[in-house]
Amino acid sequence: MSSDRTTETESNTAENVHRTGLKGPGPDERPHPQGRRNSQGIRIDPEVEAEPDTREAVLSALVLNEPGVLARASGLFARRQFNIESLTVGTTQSEEYSRITLVIREPEPGIEQAKKQLEKLVPVISVTELTDEAVRRELALIKIEGEHPDQIAAVAEMYDGRVVDACADAITVEVTGPKNTIENALDTFERFGVREIVRTGTAALEAGANATAKHWPDE
Amino acid sequence: MSERATPTPETDDPTHGAADTEEQPRTDDADDERPPVTTGASSVVRALEAAGVEAAFGVQGGAIMPVYDALYDSPIRHVMMAHEQGASHAADAYGVVKGEPGVCLATSGPGATNLVTGIADANMDSDAVLALTGQVPSDMVGSDAFQETDTIGVTAPITKHNYFAGDADTVGDTVGEAFALAGMGRPGPTLVDLPKDVTQGEAGREPGPARPPKTYNPQMEADEQDVKVAARAIENAEKPLLLFGGGVIKANASKTARAFAIDHGIPVVTTMPGIGSFPEDHELCLSWAGMHGTGYANMAITHTDLLIAVGTRFDDRLTGGIDSFAPEAEVLHIDIDPAEISKNIHADYPLVGDAGRVIDQVDTAMEHSPDAREWREQCGQWKEEYPMDYAAPSDEPLKPQFVVEAFDEATADDTIVTTGVGQHQMWASQYWTYREPRTWVSSHGLGTMGYGLPAAIGARLAADQMGQEDRSVVCFDGDGSFLMTMQELSVAVRENMDITVAVLNNEYIGMVRQWQDAFYEGRHMAAEYNWCPEFDRLAEAFGARGWRVDDYDQVVDAVSEALAYDGPSVIDFHVDPGENVYPMVASGAPNGKFALSEDQL
Ligand SMILES: Cc1ncc(C[n+]2csc(CCOP(=O)(O)OP(=O)(O)O)c2C)c(N)n1
Repeated sequence: MSSDRTTETESNTAENVHRTGLKGPGPDERPHPQGRRNSQGIRIDPEVEAEPDTREAVLSALVLNEPGVLARASGLFARRQFNIESLTVGTTQSEEYSRITLVIREPEPGIEQAKKQLEKLVPVISVTELTDEAVRRELALIKIEGEHPDQIAAVAEMYDGRVVDACADAITVEVTGPKNTIENALDTFERFGVREIVRTGTAALEAGANATAKHWPDE
Repeated sequence: MSERATPTPETDDPTHGAADTEEQPRTDDADDERPPVTTGASSVVRALEAAGVEAAFGVQGGAIMPVYDALYDSPIRHVMMAHEQGASHAADAYGVVKGEPGVCLATSGPGATNLVTGIADANMDSDAVLALTGQVPSDMVGSDAFQETDTIGVTAPITKHNYFAGDADTVGDTVGEAFALAGMGRPGPTLVDLPKDVTQGEAGREPGPARPPKTYNPQMEADEQDVKVAARAIENAEKPLLLFGGGVIKANASKTARAFAIDHGIPVVTTMPGIGSFPEDHELCLSWAGMHGTGYANMAITHTDLLIAVGTRFDDRLTGGIDSFAPEAEVLHIDIDPAEISKNIHADYPLVGDAGRVIDQVDTAMEHSPDAREWREQCGQWKEEYPMDYAAPSDEPLKPQFVVEAFDEATADDTIVTTGVGQHQMWASQYWTYREPRTWVSSHGLGTMGYGLPAAIGARLAADQMGQEDRSVVCFDGDGSFLMTMQELSVAVRENMDITVAVLNNEYIGMVRQWQDAFYEGRHMAAEYNWCPEFDRLAEAFGARGWRVDDYDQVVDAVSEALAYDGPSVIDFHVDPGENVYPMVASGAPNGKFALSEDQL
């Protein structure tokens, strides 16, 4: 077999070669069904063709308190292109476990997918989507020009906030509450001249006596 | 523990594996003869032994040296590879054939990064692999020390989970956990990063048995109520179609799945990773669907009214355009990974659980089979309308399809086929008739050129260790793919591995050339490989046997000589550079619009 080693100069390059292909009725000669799916893979009425609406969901994940768990969760969300509005993490009543609270905005299937992908992470114990009744809080620190201390204190009070630091040049106010309270407060402080803002993400717990985590690991 | 981590689902004992093979006694009595665990490294190796590991593939280096030193006394057969990518592919294929996690090792830095392609490949194909990587000593981590790479950071997105080993006393437990996790539920790669101080550090205890993490509890059985509803849907379907994915094979559910299809007379399409889950010569089998699947499989998937999908993630190479995928069908989806349900294709009947167990549940719940006679006839008619017969005119060069068929003809049904990625891979999957699970070993999800040869090495060792020395292992490779990992031929020669590499040499990275002809007006930019070495001579230079074949009348002899040679052999088949792979569904196009020739694209 190895005998013929003459280098063929008229080598069979594929240039301008059009091989015949296979037999059978061509694409236009075949029946094609009318049905359609949307980009979520859901069958739809081809006439209507509506894409699903997005909504906001608050997910709470109980996780093992170990190094790297936040990186795993945030990496997952970035990688899979979920739209995160906020992500916070902190310890729970037990030192061994932390809780990650995530606010995302996605179409329904995206929310389901986000929950399931999060649940797949090994250090994740349980993932729940919180109900509308859940208690949701954010915190903002707002550093404002120091010219009108009294007015600033009054506005802070309006939003159940308070002055936490003050000097001649600047006043820092703390506001805690649901997201829209914070947004309104920020709008109002705008006219005094805002120097700096820092905000946390949403922290949330299920309302009443309802548990936030579906289950805790059995001892 | 898992039914998956080990080839025999009956056992509950995660440590069984090699414990009952004869040449390497690992019974409790033998415990006493083993050297005691003294270091983290010896604990690592002891954990592997206890989990039944019989082989590992890797490359030595500074940070992993303590582990290698501990392997010196171990019955685990270590195969030193030429490149770490080869080690990860070999481990992957070894695991596929043996039905248990394959193990690979590498040093820190470049060793670990070289493993990455194989880990990503295993991740995409849900193949169980345990990777052990050396790392710089803990107190130097983060200082950009010599050969330091953040291996945990790099591999987090491509592993099922990874671990940074904490201390010498527990590192063996960590390795056992990573091994168990790799094989359990939906399998996948795991990695343990081993700082040198941990492996060198003193350890005073035997590691415990390999146990998955407490937080990992895959659901094995589907909800009974959901099963009932799904069973009614199957009974009432007029055009039911089974779609078997790689999950059927991984769950060792091929037998159950076959019986279900045959008992109920439901036609079967597979995905590419699902090849071998159902015998391709059975009249119910329509072979595989998707981009280069058969015309009849793609017709069936386009017209079915109930798609019963088992162990598949609805990859875009399978679905074509989502909008037109199985557009008339309700979808019944059985999968062990809940995140795969309705990820790409909405499931009307979601059933989470182990493939075999859930098929059994559904079967039990079914009161009668669907009346699918007309539909079966329709599928049969499509088989006749869209034959895979290729033209082989005498004025055109040797056809690659002919070579695949010649090998199939010359080998037994249990022959293992591995491939690179490209046209040759498609021909190997189209023109070989697969009848058994775990005989088709390829790179599906990642599409990794260079997978074929190291995979053949892994597959060979697995077959040998399973006592199947007579089983053939054939690698169909492209000239481009072969060039990416052919240095592993040195390993095959050194270990005297009986494998046959068939290079379908078209002097092009042919799949790219085919796309350039179809979509880039034939502008062959960086697609010509006509400067390829003479692979037969190169094989001889490695110490393997080599043949070159240019014509039809040389094929049969070369194939039988190469198969008969007891060692690695390479046949350089100079095939038609102009041949294209058909059928073809253009990216994002409807499956039902598959092209049979270039002008239809
Ligand atoms: C590692 C890697 N690099 C690039 C590609 C892109 N690619 C897909 S197929 C292909 C051509 C493969 O050529 P060859 O191995 O000769 O096989 P053929 O298609 O000619 O049979 C290329 C470059 C890939 N899949 N993998």
